[in-house]
Amino acid sequence: MSTSQNTELLRFTTAGSVDDGKSTLIGRLLYDSKSIFQDQYDQIKDATERRGEEGVNLALLTDGLKSEREQGITIDVAYRYFSTPKRKFIIADTPGHIQYTRNMVTGASTANVALILIDARHGVVEQTKRHAIIASLLQIPHIVVCINKMDLVDYSQDTYDKIQDDFEKFAAKLDVNDVHFIPISALLGDNVVNRSDKTPWYDGPTLMYYLENVHIASDHNFIDSRFPVQFVIRPNTDEFHDYRGYAGRVAGGIMKKGDNVTLLPTGFTTKIKAIMGADGEQDEAFPPQSVTVLLEEDYDLSRGDMIVRENNQPEVTQDLELMLCWFDQSRPLQLRGKYTIQHTSQSARCIIKEVRYKLDINTLHRDMDDKNINMNDIARVVIRTTKPLFVDSYRKNRVTGSIVLIDEANNNTVAGGMII
Amino acid sequence: MNYQISHLKELEAESIYVMREVAAQFERPVIMFSGGKDSILLVHLAYKAFYPARVPFPLLHVDTGHNFPETIKYRDDLVEKIGAKLIVGSVEEAIESGLVVEEKGVNASRNMLQIAVLLDALEKGKYDAALGGARRDEEKARAKERFFSHRDEFGQWDPKNQRPELWNQFNGKKKMGEHFRVFPISNWTELDVWQYLAMEKVELPSLYFSHERDVFERDGVLLADCEYIQKKPDEKVFKETVRCRTIGDMTCTGVWKSNASTVEEIIEEVATTRMTERGGRTDDKRSETAMEDRKKEGYF
Repeated sequence: MSTSQNTELLRFTTAGSVDDGKSTLIGRLLYDSKSIFQDQYDQIKDATERRGEEGVNLALLTDGLKSEREQGITIDVAYRYFSTPKRKFIIADTPGHIQYTRNMVTGASTANVALILIDARHGVVEQTKRHAIIASLLQIPHIVVCINKMDLVDYSQDTYDKIQDDFEKFAAKLDVNDVHFIPISALLGDNVVNRSDKTPWYDGPTLMYYLENVHIASDHNFIDSRFPVQFVIRPNTDEFHDYRGYAGRVAGGIMKKGDNVTLLPTGFTTKIKAIMGADGEQDEAFPPQSVTVLLEEDYDLSRGDMIVRENNQPEVTQDLELMLCWFDQSRPLQLRGKYTIQHTSQSARCIIKEVRYKLDINTLHRDMDDKNINMNDIARVVIRTTKPLFVDSYRKNRVTGSIVLIDEANNNTVAGGMII
Repeated sequence: MNYQISHLKELEAESIYVMREVAAQFERPVIMFSGGKDSILLVHLAYKAFYPARVPFPLLHVDTGHNFPETIKYRDDLVEKIGAKLIVGSVEEAIESGLVVEEKGVNASRNMLQIAVLLDALEKGKYDAALGGARRDEEKARAKERFFSHRDEFGQWDPKNQRPELWNQFNGKKKMGEHFRVFPISNWTELDVWQYLAMEKVELPSLYFSHERDVFERDGVLLADCEYIQKKPDEKVFKETVRCRTIGDMTCTGVWKSNASTVEEIIEEVATTRMTERGGRTDDKRSETAMEDRKKEGYF
C-alpha cells in the first residue's frame, strides 16, 4: 500500500465468467499488493473450508451479496480498490456473460483500461470478442489482453502467438488502437506482479507494471474547451454581494483566465474573469477538475448552459444519431416512445424516431430487420430532442458525447448512448 | 505544463461534482452527520463545493444517547464554525415515545434503533436526499452501492433494482414519498480519507488519536468502559492506550491499541495494518451479511 499523496488514479474494467480466472486474477492483484486485510483473508479462508475446498480461494474475495449467492449470479458491477506506490486503482468488476452486457457497459463507461482475459486452452472465444467490442464501443483508451492459464499449456509460446494473432485479426475490425498482450497464470502468479521465469520468450512488462505505467495522462480531451454549467453559486451575503459563480466540472479542453468565451445557447461572448478551484483561485482549469468560473460580464447563465471557446464550438442540435445500449428489463425500447434525456448537465425530453439496426455484439453483424430492442441489446438509433443539446461525438469527448435515457413512467435509467 | 492531478485531487473533484449535482437535482437535501471522520470529510468537501456561499444542506445527527462526549462537542463546534443548521434525531426520545423498543442484555446496542429514528427524521423533515459518508471499500455490501442510491417509501435498499450509473450521469428522479441516499465519497478508501484530511489539515475529534482509557475485552474486540454497556462477570476493566478507527455509538465501537497520536502516524498505521476498520465494529459481527441486511432496511 502506498502512503504517498501524489499518485495517479487509474480506473480499469474487467469482464469475465467464473471459469476464466477473473476472480482469481483480481484476488491475486489485491493479495500481492497487500490490499487484503487479515480479517478479510480469514473470512475467505473459512468460507473456502466450509465449501470443502483446499487452500484459500482468492475468487471468494469478490463474492458479493447474499441475494446474489442465493441466485448463484453476480447482479452488478462491484468496485474494488487497491494501490501501489505509483498509482491508486479502481476496478469495475463486471460479470462477462451476454446477459450482463449492461453491467459491462456501465463499468466500461469510466475506465482508462479494459482488462480482457483469455483462457489459453480455449483461445479467442465469443466472450472475448464481446468484451473487445464493448471496449471499442465505449472507447476505452487502452486494452490489455491477459492470456491466462499459461501453466496449463506448458507456457507455450506458439499457443500465445496464435492467440495474439487471432485477437489482432479480429481487433482490426474494431475502433481500438492501444492493445497490449501478456502471458499470465493468475493462479500461480506468473507475470501478474512478478516476472515469470517460465516465459523467457516474453520480454514485455508484467500486468502490474503495465497498470502502473500505461500512459493515461492524455485520456481526457485537452483540446476542445467545454464547460457545462452544473450549478450557480450566489452567496447573497454582504461580502460577496454581486458574486455569481458558475460551478461545474471541466468536460474538455484547458480553460484559462482571460479566455474569450462563447455562452451557449445564447451565443453571447465575454471573457473568463477568474477560475476558483477547491484551493482558491487558479489560472487554468482542465478535466476532470471541479471549479467555479466567474465571467467579466454577467449574462445570467443557468444549469445546462455551456461555456466554450469562441473559435471551437460543439454541435448545437436536436437530432442525434446514437449507439444505444438498452438496460431496462421491464420494458423494451418503444419506437416513437418519449423519454427524458440527460446530457452533461442538461435535461430534455426526446422521442426515438428510428431504429437503424441492432448490433450483434458477438459478431458485429448489423441486423436491419430485427428492431426489437430488449435489455442488453445494442442498437443504432435516431432521436429528436425537445430543445437543442451542445454535443460532440463520443469519439471526440466521452463526457459531451454521452447520454442516458430515463423512462418517464417509472424513472428508471433505461439506456446509455454514445453520440456518433 | 503537465495536465495531471493526483488521485486525492481527482477524488475531491468527483465528490464535489456529486454534491453539486445533489444541490441541483433535489429540493431538500441533508447531510447525515455521525461525527466520524467520513462525515467530517463530507462537510469539509461540501464547504469547498459551494464556497463562498453557505453549505446548502443542514446536518442531521442521529443521537443514540450513547455517544462519546467528545463526538457531541466536536459536532457542536463544527456546526457553529460553518454556520450550518443542526437537526438531531434522538433515539432516547424515540424509545420514550414508543417508536422503538430498547434492546436488552449484554450485547444490547442502539445501532438497529437508529434506522427507525433516521427514517422518522427524514420523513419529518421531508428530506428527499440524505448524503452519507459510506465508502465502497468498507464492506462487501457497500462495494455495489451507487452514488445515487434509490430508496422506496419505506427507505429500503433493493440491490437488484438500482439504477445504472454511467459516465458522470446521475438520475435523481423519484416519485412522491421516495428518497435517495447519496454517497459522494464512494470511491475513497480509508487511507485516501486520512491522506486527504492530513493534506487539508482538517481538525479531528480527539478520539481518533491515541489516549488512555478504561477498556474491557469482548469477542476479541476492546470496548470503552461506560455506563451504557452491561459487562459480563468475567469481563475485567483495565487501562490501555487506544484510539478509535471508526466512531459510532459507544456500545458497538471497538477501540484499538495504538500509539498513533498524529494524523501522519495514523496514516502510517493504516498503511501497514492488517485489519479492516470495520473489524472492530461489533454491529457487523452479528452475522456474515449484517451490513447487507441493515442496508436493505434503510441503514446508511
